[in-house]
Amino acid sequence: MTAVAATETRFAQTWSRPPFIKRRGLRWTLYGGALVYLITAISSVEVNWVRVWEGLDRGLRFIKGFLVPDFTSRWGDIVIGMQESLTMTVTSTVVGVAISVPIGIGAARNIAPLPVYAVCRAIVALSRSFQEIIVAILFVVMFGFGPFAGFLTLSFATIGFLAKLLAEDIEDIDESQAEAIRATGAGWWQIVNYGIQPQVMPRLIGLSLYRLDINFRESSVIGIVGAGGIGATLNTAMDRYEYDSAAAILMLIIVIVMAAEYLSGFVRKWVQ
Amino acid sequence: MLRLNDLTKVYATGDRALSGVTFTVEPGQVVGLIGPSGAGKSTLIRCVNRLIEPTSGQVFLGDIDVTKLSRRGLRQVRRRIGMIFQEYALVERLTVMENVLSGRLGYVGFWRSFFRRFPPEAVEKAYRLLDRVGLSDQVDKRADALSGGQRQRVGIARALEQDPDLLLVDEPTASLDPKTSRQIMRLIVEICDESGLPAIINIHDVALAQQFVRRIIGLQAGVVVFDGNPADLDAEVLTRIYGEEDWSATIRKADDEESGDAGDDVLPKTSDPVSEVIDRERLAGLT
Repeated sequence: MTAVAATETRFAQTWSRPPFIKRRGLRWTLYGGALVYLITAISSVEVNWVRVWEGLDRGLRFIKGFLVPDFTSRWGDIVIGMQESLTMTVTSTVVGVAISVPIGIGAARNIAPLPVYAVCRAIVALSRSFQEIIVAILFVVMFGFGPFAGFLTLSFATIGFLAKLLAEDIEDIDESQAEAIRATGAGWWQIVNYGIQPQVMPRLIGLSLYRLDINFRESSVIGIVGAGGIGATLNTAMDRYEYDSAAAILMLIIVIVMAAEYLSGFVRKWVQ
Repeated sequence: MLRLNDLTKVYATGDRALSGVTFTVEPGQVVGLIGPSGAGKSTLIRCVNRLIEPTSGQVFLGDIDVTKLSRRGLRQVRRRIGMIFQEYALVERLTVMENVLSGRLGYVGFWRSFFRRFPPEAVEKAYRLLDRVGLSDQVDKRADALSGGQRQRVGIARALEQDPDLLLVDEPTASLDPKTSRQIMRLIVEICDESGLPAIINIHDVALAQQFVRRIIGLQAGVVVFDGNPADLDAEVLTRIYGEEDWSATIRKADDEESGDAGDDVLPKTSDPVSEVIDRERLAGLT
């Protein structure tokens, strides 16, 4: 017995996970440096406490306005703004998706030839590099105030968003399914229709609905720079210190966004 | 029917998957291709229909040199070559019928296939094939709602919908249980025998290969190291293909299964109506 026990190897009874950064010195330098930077960064932020105090008062009035939202006195403006925003949202999403699909297919490296890929990726990069507000300002300058500029802005933004995500989804497909279709002697369009489309369709629908959602929210933002819609109405109400009307508008926006969210969740589950 | 001449594939990474593979498959002949993982089995059958481009050598299907074909010519040859895949490779979100009809894509135009308006004879053939593989009642189900054995039957029907002159079968049983594996192998071999269809079947299960095919080609690091009768697979040959190992159990297992399965899972004896019925039942997608 003892002879057997003596020959047994003794194993350690403690174990700890190897650290993310192996070198001890480097580890403490990085962590310490990050902490020092955080502290100095926070302390360098200048806060005007008088201004904060005054702002609190204004914020209180705003919250009070929220408690008694006024739907009636600006109801006409609100309806027109909402109509513009919803029209902008739906049309820009439809147009944006219609343009995104071919660009997304072209931007997928596994099915598109290199020149097509390069062009489509460039379009996507261009569309993604500008924030909606900047694009909106540009279109407002080009086409004047109003929802047409908003429609163009949102369509343009949709292309960058949807084409990129669609392309990535196409690059992630199960290649064997497409290979099986290719092996039957199918043409390129048939491979896309039979081997790829069924695999990406649920996500394409989900993303389109999500983009509808985003476009509605964006439509209320770009209105502030003159691209029409409910944002313009909201901006006017704020400028006039009509916080009760502004609160009514914000509440309507929240209700519509929540409804869109619920609906798109339902549809996404259904198309899986 | 199919002649490979000095077929070589070197991947861009420098890996030499196939080196001077030469053999001929006669009409109606079912060939089992065995070899260790990475021996080039999948590469070999994909070089036949150029899903993978061979680096050099020729592939003759009848008189046509497949390696010389243009894109259009290649599509026309591909529709004559049916392919059955490991893990089935069905389009999961399409119905069983769409999967089977996709075997017809090489013959119909884009818009016809887009609107799923296939010619009546293609649809009729699809129904007949689904009946043959025992899935008549699953036509409208989505492919991902089926079990593994059922999916592979759909895969078989899709390949046959092409009216192929040659079947390429890539590890048809890799993800199936032993019993379903045997049913699927039997179905493939039976169908090939019925219509005199030649086939190359990649298979890593030696016992299964011995049980169902009459010619075996052994591939080792891209080189053909054995070509002959399954009965000639002995410990020496298996060592040549796979490397040093104790092969006694493998060889004996093949024999055991042959005899042990007799009442249960082997081809029905010609004059045994009961087991024939049972087997028909099994084929009808009970797996």
